[in-house]
Amino acid sequence: MPLLEIKDLHVSVETEQGTKPILNGVDLTIREGETHAIMGPNGSGKSTLAYTIAGHPKYHVESGSVTLDGEDLLEMTVDARARAGLFLAMQYPVEIPGVTVTNFLRTAKTAVDGQAPAIRGWIKDVKTSMANLRMDTSFADRNVNEGFSGGEKKRHEILQLELLKPRFAILDETDSGLDVDALRVVADGVNRAKEATNLGVLLITHYTRILRYINPDFVHVIVDGRIAEEGGPELADRLEDEGYDRFLTAAKVN
Amino acid sequence: MSKQHSDGGWGLVPIQSRAGRFSSFDVADFEPVSGFEAEWKYTPIRELAALMDGPLDGGRYDFAIETGVEDSGGISVDWVERTDSRIGSVGKPEERGSANAWTGFERALVVTVSGDDRAEVALSRTSFGPSARAAHLFIDAQPGSNGVVVLNNSGQAMLSENVEISVAAGAQLTVVSVQEWDHGATHLATHFVRLGKDARLRHVVVSLGGSIVRVNTNAHLAEEGSDVELFGVYFADAGEHFEQQTFVNHDAPHSKSRVSYRGALQGERARAVWIGDVLIRPTAPGTDSYEENRNLLLTEGTRADSVPNLEIETGDIAGAGHASASGRFDDEQLFYLQSRGIPETEARRLVVRGFLASIIQKIGVAAVESRIQDAIEAELLVSTEAVAS
Repeated sequence: MPLLEIKDLHVSVETEQGTKPILNGVDLTIREGETHAIMGPNGSGKSTLAYTIAGHPKYHVESGSVTLDGEDLLEMTVDARARAGLFLAMQYPVEIPGVTVTNFLRTAKTAVDGQAPAIRGWIKDVKTSMANLRMDTSFADRNVNEGFSGGEKKRHEILQLELLKPRFAILDETDSGLDVDALRVVADGVNRAKEATNLGVLLITHYTRILRYINPDFVHVIVDGRIAEEGGPELADRLEDEGYDRFLTAAKVN
Repeated sequence: MSKQHSDGGWGLVPIQSRAGRFSSFDVADFEPVSGFEAEWKYTPIRELAALMDGPLDGGRYDFAIETGVEDSGGISVDWVERTDSRIGSVGKPEERGSANAWTGFERALVVTVSGDDRAEVALSRTSFGPSARAAHLFIDAQPGSNGVVVLNNSGQAMLSENVEISVAAGAQLTVVSVQEWDHGATHLATHFVRLGKDARLRHVVVSLGGSIVRVNTNAHLAEEGSDVELFGVYFADAGEHFEQQTFVNHDAPHSKSRVSYRGALQGERARAVWIGDVLIRPTAPGTDSYEENRNLLLTEGTRADSVPNLEIETGDIAGAGHASASGRFDDEQLFYLQSRGIPETEARRLVVRGFLASIIQKIGVAAVESRIQDAIEAELLVSTEAVAS
């Protein structure tokens, strides 16, 4: 059974003040088909976890391991990780000048599959997914993320999730900046992907709102670079009521 | 005999209309270049002394009519004396480098396009060599003719040249000048264009190799209904300076111009300059004009200067616009593409190809389009290997 396994992960970044540790020993196991919500206050290390798994060069792994089906992800280039079945929906996707959405999607699909998709079926898949995400057809001819609104960027991320069919997806604050209608459209896209491919999901969020539309099997609270508490969906409900205060107090005492 | 006015050595050049620029066929009428002039301020002039001030070898040069072009019936290529009546009928130098070439050339090469079925010719110029030279080319598209003239420049060069392009009434002409010079080559060129009634020209400047390559184009829309497209594509590597100054001179009713230059820059001190002057004279009501320049900076250490200038002297215009933008391809963009499974080399290729495609596809000469695509692929490959080693 496909497995994304994170063991005792320590990660730092270089800042002007020197090396700063962000993750201080994270353990997490995600199986195929499972949805794990990672919650936590600002600055707790949620996004660092996401970008470290994806291989962003800014983050240095000090110790620990991340494996996908036993393969060492940390040894792989960023693109090799994606080809191994990993996907990161970014909070702030960047503009790519000169590359249309159509061209980008086809190139990415060809790269992850190792062969070009059959043209007719591919065009149909793209159209269907775009329609499902309430994206206008004119999107296809625009340059990637150029002039996209916040909501359009998020839809475009989920469009890729649906089309590239990864085995594990990390959604980094996909809910931020979305109104309730857009949130529902995006959440439906994630749920479709889960159903279609038995996707494992690591859903990173500050707020519990998105968990009404994407139901987590597990909730982990990350504070000060460590998992501070774990539980089922009921933990999210408790956070909804109480916020992160009790964790922050505990962290300060430590 | 008038002489060029000196600007007094204060390093200040008064703002003036593009129409008022001094011109002369004789290099002796021009002041030495200081580097403060509008037309020289972005150019590394110290490396151009041999072309500006020195004597130039203006004799014949070798060229080859490339095979692989379509039937070139309707096109002829001949050497003529500098006293030929066509010489000087289109252009007159406006700066010292151009004037020195004019003063220095001995014979001119004339390409005559006469057939009304589209004919193509590609001239390969590979053996100018490293000594300072002057050249003069005249492209004569006769009334109602239809043709494509391609100049493929490669090898070494220290060359200043003038190209006169006469597009007579009703003629349709495409001119493509491809600069794929060796490293170390220097090439200054001014292309002077005159368009007659309802004449159309598509003019494409492709600069891919050479140390200093400056190809300027002056297009005079002299008669009613004339139409010019000035396109440019460039890919500047480390240490390469590619410059292009376009001047569109709307001087007749209902004339149309489109200027679009796009380039990618990669590597330490890769440099691009575009200056786009458009003048819409009182004689040119109903003018439709648009110009743009876009640069893609692929790495640190590159620089692109992009300067559009628009002068409008009539209230009756159909359209006049300009755009200029320089964008950066950075590590975050690379990360984004790689995180979708696309390897680094492929990611760069994707971005550059996409960026330049909109111009390359407009050239309309299949052999040239695929040649440019191949050359750009090779450039990207070389740079990727350099990064890897």
